[in-house]
Amino acid sequence: MSFLEYAPAPESTSILNLKSEYGLFIDGEFVDGSGEVFDTISPATEEVIARIAQADASDVDRAVAAARRAYDRTWSRMSGSDRGKYLFRIARLVQERSRELAVAESLDNGKPIRETRDVDVPLVAAWFFYYAGWADKLEYAGLGPNPRSLGVAAQVIPWNFPLLMLAWKIAPALAAGNTVVIKPAETTSLTAMLFAEILQQADLPAGVVNIVTGPGSTGQALVTHDDVNKVAFTGSTGVGRMIARQVAGSSKKLTLELGGKAANIVFDDAAIDQAVEGIVNGIFFNQGHVCCAGSRLLVQENVHDEVVDKLKYRLSTLRLGDPLDKNTDIGAINSAAQLERIRTLSDTGENEGAERWQLDCTIPEKGFWFRPTIFTRVSAAHTIAREEIFGPVLSVLTFRTPDEAIAKANNTPYGLSAGIWTEKASRMLAVADRLRAGVVWANTFNKFDPASPFGGYKESGYGREGGRHGLAAYLESAGREAPAAIMASAASATTAASGGRKKTTKKAVAK
Amino acid sequence: MSRLAVPKTYKLYIGGNFPRSESGRTYEVTTPAGDFVANAALASRKDARDAVVAARAAVKGWAGATAYNRGQVIYRIAEVLEGRRAQFVDEISRTEGVTQAAAGAQVDAAIDVWVWYAGWADKYAQVAGNGNPVAGPYFNLSVPEPTGVVAAIAPQQRVGMSLLGLAAVVAPIIVSGNAVVVVPNQQAPLSAITLAEVLATSDVPGGVINVLTGSPVEMAPWLAAHADVNALDLAGAADIEWVDLQLSAAETLKRVLAPVSGVPAPALERITAFTETKTVWHTKSML
Repeated sequence: MSFLEYAPAPESTSILNLKSEYGLFIDGEFVDGSGEVFDTISPATEEVIARIAQADASDVDRAVAAARRAYDRTWSRMSGSDRGKYLFRIARLVQERSRELAVAESLDNGKPIRETRDVDVPLVAAWFFYYAGWADKLEYAGLGPNPRSLGVAAQVIPWNFPLLMLAWKIAPALAAGNTVVIKPAETTSLTAMLFAEILQQADLPAGVVNIVTGPGSTGQALVTHDDVNKVAFTGSTGVGRMIARQVAGSSKKLTLELGGKAANIVFDDAAIDQAVEGIVNGIFFNQGHVCCAGSRLLVQENVHDEVVDKLKYRLSTLRLGDPLDKNTDIGAINSAAQLERIRTLSDTGENEGAERWQLDCTIPEKGFWFRPTIFTRVSAAHTIAREEIFGPVLSVLTFRTPDEAIAKANNTPYGLSAGIWTEKASRMLAVADRLRAGVVWANTFNKFDPASPFGGYKESGYGREGGRHGLAAYLESAGREAPAAIMASAASATTAASGGRKKTTKKAVAK
Repeated sequence: MSRLAVPKTYKLYIGGNFPRSESGRTYEVTTPAGDFVANAALASRKDARDAVVAARAAVKGWAGATAYNRGQVIYRIAEVLEGRRAQFVDEISRTEGVTQAAAGAQVDAAIDVWVWYAGWADKYAQVAGNGNPVAGPYFNLSVPEPTGVVAAIAPQQRVGMSLLGLAAVVAPIIVSGNAVVVVPNQQAPLSAITLAEVLATSDVPGGVINVLTGSPVEMAPWLAAHADVNALDLAGAADIEWVDLQLSAAETLKRVLAPVSGVPAPALERITAFTETKTVWHTKSML
């Protein structure tokens, strides 16, 4: 028995008390949906976990109406401190039921229990705890005195961090005084349903949070609904673009957190062993289903072989398999469709001339799995260096000078995240300055915190989630006093000359 | 004996140079009563593309300049404007058809707008940025920085804003380090070109501000669709088909600031609208 062979250590599912069927959560109650009921399965076994209701446009209508009523009658009139107390309650309930939520998430999503238990669910609680404290301090959020909530927020979230993305969306929205209709991803609705139970336990007023489950068409009905004031979406750049078009011309405030193709830059003076850990965490965390994943490794040429050799050795110690096993590092790919996409793009990588290396490991018979994969000899023009794969696939490129590293890192329409590995702080800061990415991790990777703003440049979207900036996405300024002297001069700049054709404008200076 | 005046040829301002439109086109600028004042260059789609190239080339140096330096350069615009006040008053009163006093008030307001924004250059990052107390051994700082190239439509109403509206749109865009391609007031564009002369003789690097006189209706769609433009300021686009521009901008996920009525009031939010927040994490070692 080698040091890598462990006895199985599966987390028990007996902590779960799942129903066989879940309805929509509207106005504080579970109700039937008008669309076809669909199955949610475990991607590790393909077994059905539960049946989920599907919301059609009429259900979305009801949910938005419930959110509007709750906004008008309850939530917008409630004191900030009381809103905060509800959020604190939710944070505590998440902590109390954290193991149950972690097990359910691993079962439904396929990600390892080690991650749901140690990352996803603790961050969910942290997110609610952080924003709870903001609810009665909005005048300090940076938008001037008495910032206003927006109204009803329509939120559509992805399947890679189902409960965590729900927390990223709901916590700041409620703290700012908005009500919410949220749509989980089709393949990962389960923990949102458990979260609805938590809302009932917290006695959150009916209609403040409504959850509509279903496919993309449900999300589309939600974001295009006339009575929503705010749209927040996390997902692919393609869908984000479509939503930006749908919202164009309306008064809906929009934030988008979209795709990425992050560069993880390793300089030759980096602490190589630490960098290797960071590279592994950067691309194999959550099976690479991470929009900010470090999917492009840029290694300084003279340490390329050393880094790649160490990386392959480190990968050979990873354990792929049952997501509920506490020793598992790499879980299941979330869906058959995603697995197909990863396969296709990887094949393209090979066809275009990159060299594929895959972890030699046993793949379970059922479920969706993909071996951790490294492509070397990748050039900037290769498809796998340009397109988001959203899977456990790393493309390795090389560079010689810092300028070349920066140019290659920025050579993408995306701009969500980046990594820098060097022991030289002055170089780290200079490179960080020039990377066009919303989050830069230096000598670390894939770190998240509710106090830390997250979001992209360019086609990775706009707006930030987390921190004070994340709150601003759900508020509008009540207006500040403009400089009085300038406004007075501006006001007297519109007197038409006598004799000329007079064309005075009423409102020359907008406040 | 009376002296025959020497009228000025008004051209475009691209990359620090004053070219004519590559299309060879001009249009008549008149008083509100219809009397001829001058011919202005009627910029084309290709001029717009040239301007974007010039703006992109200018971003690195301008964004990389120190905030103190950018603040001084913008303040210098106000200084030089003040010195050429009479020329602006004359152009504004003729093209807008307003009294000398009203034109003077507009020049004063425009100068004060430049001064107001100049002072923000080395402060907005302190107000809009954050040190973040994350739960772990990390140094974590969020700092806003310029988004890159911004295309802007300056306020278009004829009276009271040809110079002021331009300042109120351009100053907040460039103060953080962006470069701008701006379409000034179509009917009263002369003060915009004279401002370009001010820019060329102050310390603003060529390409940071590019001025395309002509038709917003004609040029805006190209700028909105341009893949190397990061953001779109539709301040003066209320009367054109701005929703189409926003739709077009969605293709490359540009940041879009919606139209306003009249001149946008000086506000920090106009600066931050054209910035991106970058958050840098760094590990702290165990001691």
